[in-house]
Amino acid sequence: MGLNRGAEGSVIDTFRLTAEEAAGLLERGEVTATELHRAYLDAAAARNDELNAYLCTVEDGAAGASGLPIAFKDVVSTKGVETTAGSKILAGYRPVFDATVAARCKDAGLSLLGKTNMDEFAMGSSTENSAYGPTHNPWDPTRVPGGSSGGSTAAVAAGLAPWALGSDTGGSIKQPAALCGVVGLRPTYGTVSRYGIVAFASSLDQIGPVTKTVRDCARLYEIIAGRDPCDTTTVELPEPVAVPEAEDLKGVRIGVPKELNEAEGIEPGVSEQVERALETARALGAEIGECRLPRSVEYGLPCYYLIAPSEASSNLARYDGVRYGLRSTPNGDVRAMYDRTRHDGFGDEPKRRIMLGTYALSAGYYEAFYGQAQRVRTMIRDEHAAAFEQFDLLVSPTSPTVAFELGARTANPLAMYAADLLTIPSNLAGLPGLSIPCGLSEGLPVGLQLIGRQFSENLLFRAGHALERALDFDYVPERYR
Amino acid sequence: MAISRDEVLHVARLARLELAEGELDRFAEQLSAILEAVGKVGELDLEGVEPTAHPLDLVNVWAEDEPRPCLSADEALANAPDREGGSFRVPAA
Repeated sequence: MGLNRGAEGSVIDTFRLTAEEAAGLLERGEVTATELHRAYLDAAAARNDELNAYLCTVEDGAAGASGLPIAFKDVVSTKGVETTAGSKILAGYRPVFDATVAARCKDAGLSLLGKTNMDEFAMGSSTENSAYGPTHNPWDPTRVPGGSSGGSTAAVAAGLAPWALGSDTGGSIKQPAALCGVVGLRPTYGTVSRYGIVAFASSLDQIGPVTKTVRDCARLYEIIAGRDPCDTTTVELPEPVAVPEAEDLKGVRIGVPKELNEAEGIEPGVSEQVERALETARALGAEIGECRLPRSVEYGLPCYYLIAPSEASSNLARYDGVRYGLRSTPNGDVRAMYDRTRHDGFGDEPKRRIMLGTYALSAGYYEAFYGQAQRVRTMIRDEHAAAFEQFDLLVSPTSPTVAFELGARTANPLAMYAADLLTIPSNLAGLPGLSIPCGLSEGLPVGLQLIGRQFSENLLFRAGHALERALDFDYVPERYR
Repeated sequence: MAISRDEVLHVARLARLELAEGELDRFAEQLSAILEAVGKVGELDLEGVEPTAHPLDLVNVWAEDEPRPCLSADEALANAPDREGGSFRVPAA
């Protein structure tokens, strides 16, 4: 199913081909950019009905492109290509400009395959909050792919794209990467431009790569990272991106935070695979020791669910039916138009978060909720900084569980929020995190989360690559082999 | 902590969000559960701890005040649900 012939009879195996290997085929003239693009669109035509990973594909995306194809989460503005952020309120919206990351990919010769499904406005952990139906996990279509970047991670896992961009606010790249058995990087806050990204929670939102291998991840990060004059929260990288080569972990001190590894709700099968990865790290020469994040895990989730909705309630005020997107026109004045448009256009999760954030920011509650959450955030930063005095990296499971059944958590928002228990603390601290697949539990992928100091992506790549080689995880879902 | 139906209506009004009858009860129940969970931050005594609004310590990022090309009026209006000439058209205020 994934096999397509290029020039000279070379075979494009979209299931297995890494981005680096695909680039090699291009460089050697064994395939053209158009043939590669076509091969992935054919794969999408064969499997997207089942998976719903793409919201739209771009037939002529390879026109003028010299490089690899790529898929973008539908949160990335793409000039002339519908951008919905998984919401009905943006149905039909065609941006008149490219996001900086889209422009950088274009400048690097990449062609746009399509836009991938997501939880509405990136609010969710299963991609079930999309207004366009859920994405299914390629390993087991009765299960969720994780979220909110579940469309991107499912597309890469199922060979519908060699690589993709996602966005991560509370874990929305790392967690679905874990559940789909692919590599996902949440970069250090400020290293990748948010210009042209549909905003959710601006002090947390980051764009990052979703790939099959850590080396591909480094290469895509290199394309998108760096200061952008259009986003004043961005900074120059302190050092160039280094595509990892070394296959050992000599001299790397790895901390195992007790609270992140023993949290309630972590499945035994998940812990088992993470422990196996730690044994592997030790065998590769890493020094491993226990450490503590005393209150970050217990208070991270409540802190996040005050800060993110507060910022969201402000960011989502722009959807008013005036300048773009849906407009509902009840009888009445402009205020009735605003209220009805927002009622009709937003799904339940954005509504909940808008109301929660509005409440937390309102007079009389601001200090007790938002103000206190910002102080908790400082405490969480300080705890991580203390752990990094002794260690270079911290590790834990990325997700407490493997992919859960579709529908299992949709009726209970708090159960859904718990999916991000282990990814949220380091996100609040502004730290980068890499999730790599480290094994299977119940036949489903388990993700290992590696957390670094700010701007330590190169170390994350080095460690992730060495572990990936040693663990030898097969990223092609078993049912496609 | 519980949030009443009236409080949910008040918050929805502040957020310019119409709610249907059936939604009101469901949201009041769900928001009460969420508020109880997030209220946990109140257990901590963090007096004297500085708030963090942003993960990087950036201060005063300046840019030269120079004109640059921008969207044309037509481009800016391209996605408008309704327009009249060079303006967004809305129902009467």
